[in-house]
Amino acid sequence: MSTPVLEVSGLRKSFGKDVVLQEISFKVPVHTATVFIGSSGSGKSTLLRCINLLDGIDDGVINLDGEEISDPRIDADKVRRKLGMVFQSFNLFPHMSVIDNITLSPIRVQGVSKDEARSKAEELLSRFDLLEKADQFPDRLSGGQQQRVAIIRSLALKPRLLLLDEVTSALDPVLVNEVLSTVRDLKHEGMTMVIATHEMGFAKQVADEVCFLHQGRIVEFGPPNEVLENPSDARTKDFLKRVHEAGRL
Amino acid sequence: MDSTAPEPGSRASSHSQEIVHWQPSALEQSRRKIRSEQNRKNILIATASSVLVLGTLLTILVTSPGFESLSDTFFAWAYGVEILPKVILGFTTNIMLTIIAGTCVSIFGLILALTRTSRSPALTPFRILATIYVDVFRGVPMLLIILLVGFGIPALRLPGFTKNVLILGTTAVVITYSAYVAEVLRSGILTVHPSQRAAARSLGLSNFQTLRHVVLPQALRRVTPPLLNDLVALIKDTGLVSILGVTDAVRAAQISTSRSFNYTPYVMAAILFLMVTVPLTRFTDRTMRRAIERQNAQGLA
Repeated sequence: MSTPVLEVSGLRKSFGKDVVLQEISFKVPVHTATVFIGSSGSGKSTLLRCINLLDGIDDGVINLDGEEISDPRIDADKVRRKLGMVFQSFNLFPHMSVIDNITLSPIRVQGVSKDEARSKAEELLSRFDLLEKADQFPDRLSGGQQQRVAIIRSLALKPRLLLLDEVTSALDPVLVNEVLSTVRDLKHEGMTMVIATHEMGFAKQVADEVCFLHQGRIVEFGPPNEVLENPSDARTKDFLKRVHEAGRL
Repeated sequence: MDSTAPEPGSRASSHSQEIVHWQPSALEQSRRKIRSEQNRKNILIATASSVLVLGTLLTILVTSPGFESLSDTFFAWAYGVEILPKVILGFTTNIMLTIIAGTCVSIFGLILALTRTSRSPALTPFRILATIYVDVFRGVPMLLIILLVGFGIPALRLPGFTKNVLILGTTAVVITYSAYVAEVLRSGILTVHPSQRAAARSLGLSNFQTLRHVVLPQALRRVTPPLLNDLVALIKDTGLVSILGVTDAVRAAQISTSRSFNYTPYVMAAILFLMVTVPLTRFTDRTMRRAIERQNAQGLA
């Protein structure tokens, strides 16, 4: 089997005395999606921030394409160019138009010419039905549109791996769908992804592997129909029962 | 709820068509009548109270026993017009000083602000120095700095140092205002939410690129009104260098006054300052109002 795109083993992360993640190990083979579920505060966002080197780790190893990126001597900027990250709160740059948001990194980081970056960005925008918004500013867009632009922005660098951090949590139910269908499209195109989400139905559709995170540990993992339909761990069962009661399954 | 709710963008066109055919209801028409009546009443009250208050003040001033002699020593317009060219000539020095000092302050203040907000370990000594600098020069009256620089540096008799009071005076102004502006810029940089930085870094932008393209543009936009405020203050404070003997508007007025014992030149100088600072203050107010409106609009989104 070829080297997985991402391989995490024995990862530990704490904030002061608070241990947020421990003994985290998993692999993400190319063209697959690994979905992390778990209640708020279980460490999903922190895990994604650690993979993206936005937060330092306290122990363990993170390998990207077989290269250890948890080595402190590594150039974090170079690593992040291979990773795309989308945040819960969109984090578009409010002082830039949609097109400038998308082309900033290709122009400044990759040194692509302005015209080329623009035409590529327009291509992406039209693929996701957002071309007419190219010259608008983020505050003129709906939440769903903003989040889709954020996804496109992270795609502009052609990342090896896409990290999605609860990308629908800040959206109302109608807008959630347009964002999720965008992510489904990316999955069909073979994008390798690590996703943190509260949308169990979506997890079922898009995941190759589901990991249930509880108090900073992976308590259960496996194919979505196993973990989500027939969990073996009592804590997973309890979590899913509560999600079901809340009407989100 | 409408299950096929279109996106906000596509909705706008059909909405504007509705407005064309829409007629206000009888209720709304009667409300409008009431509102315009209320409006008229408000204008009437504002006018009456303004006339009353301002009229009273003016009457007190004009009927005061010393008004005639005051008017002779402060508002001798014929004399004022006579010495006006000299004061205007002096005022060009103030304007020039403002432009030069303003440019230097922007650059130096920005360097100070960036140093203070940086987290690089290599810059630690500079961060400490910048903090001390700001603390000291924000806490000392500018007049003292002007005196210390203007008379202190020439007294050192260091070879190569200028004795030109204009340059020394400008330097003193730059030293003080850089500390003010650095703090305004720093507060702007700190108000940009950390998530913006995280988003930029996750796109592979370096620390400097993040600052240059994401943090600073947003920070500057937010602190434009207080910066304009500082510019107005800077224009006025350039008048302080007159104590070193720089022939600016204040000094030119002083020279005329000392010859004639008439204070009209001071009034003329004041009018010249007001002609520049008042429009700028109005402009600042408008910019501030727009910034607030913009912020509120974002809050609703």
